[in-house]
Amino acid sequence: MTVIFLILAAITIAGTAAAMSLRSAIHCILALTIGLVGLAALYLLLGAQFVGFTQILVYVGAVAILAVFAIMMTQGPGKTIQPILSTNWPAGILVAAAVFAILAWAIRSTPAHSTPTQPDATVNQIGAALMHHYVLPLEIMGLLLTAALIGAVIIAMPEKKEPQ
Amino acid sequence: MSPLNGYLLLSALLFSIGLAGALTRRNAILVLIGIELMLNAANLNLIAFWRYGPNPAALTGIMFTIFSISVAAAEAAVGLGIILAVHRHTKTTDLDQMNSMKG
Repeated sequence: MTVIFLILAAITIAGTAAAMSLRSAIHCILALTIGLVGLAALYLLLGAQFVGFTQILVYVGAVAILAVFAIMMTQGPGKTIQPILSTNWPAGILVAAAVFAILAWAIRSTPAHSTPTQPDATVNQIGAALMHHYVLPLEIMGLLLTAALIGAVIIAMPEKKEPQ
Repeated sequence: MSPLNGYLLLSALLFSIGLAGALTRRNAILVLIGIELMLNAANLNLIAFWRYGPNPAALTGIMFTIFSISVAAAEAAVGLGIILAVHRHTKTTDLDQMNSMKG
């Protein structure tokens, strides 16, 4: 439990909690990027450099921008004053708190023995593993991404008016 | 408390924040963001178990996380496309007002 871990954990929790509680949706996405950068820094702290930079590229670079575009396309210019929470929000908060309580109890009651050695996962090793042992999942992932992007474009395209 | 427990507690807290957001927000895009946060919490668990696990040389946690991030990116693209299509029909992203299956 180093000081760096506590600082990064505080940044991550503060950013994500703000992302789920702010009123303006754009502010939520900006807070989310802060939280995700904190999470990427935690990956770097754990020794997973490649995953950390992938996290920044994919989430901060792509998903957050995509969400900002979607918010700007779906929100009209008029300011709408309406509650940000759903009507049954106490049940949601209760379920989330119960899940956290159960998880925290399970984690605290489990003895953890940790290996002190810092493993190294260089990009060289990861690339070799992806090309040798994990080449079939890699190809399937490429197929999935292609299908998902084509499907997203087709879903989001304006529909043609069908003759009645 | 050992470092692994710290990471697991942080991940549980992140998962609960995402779950609370996904269950309580009205805006459909922010519900999707909450689901992304839950996926990120799972990724943090995978990386922490890879780092403190017995056999880190196998790179299993890293690989699982990379594929999980890819699936999450595909899910975000399709989810936002669906939200845009629904918004074109109903002119809202308020989940409390989306109460009919037939547009």
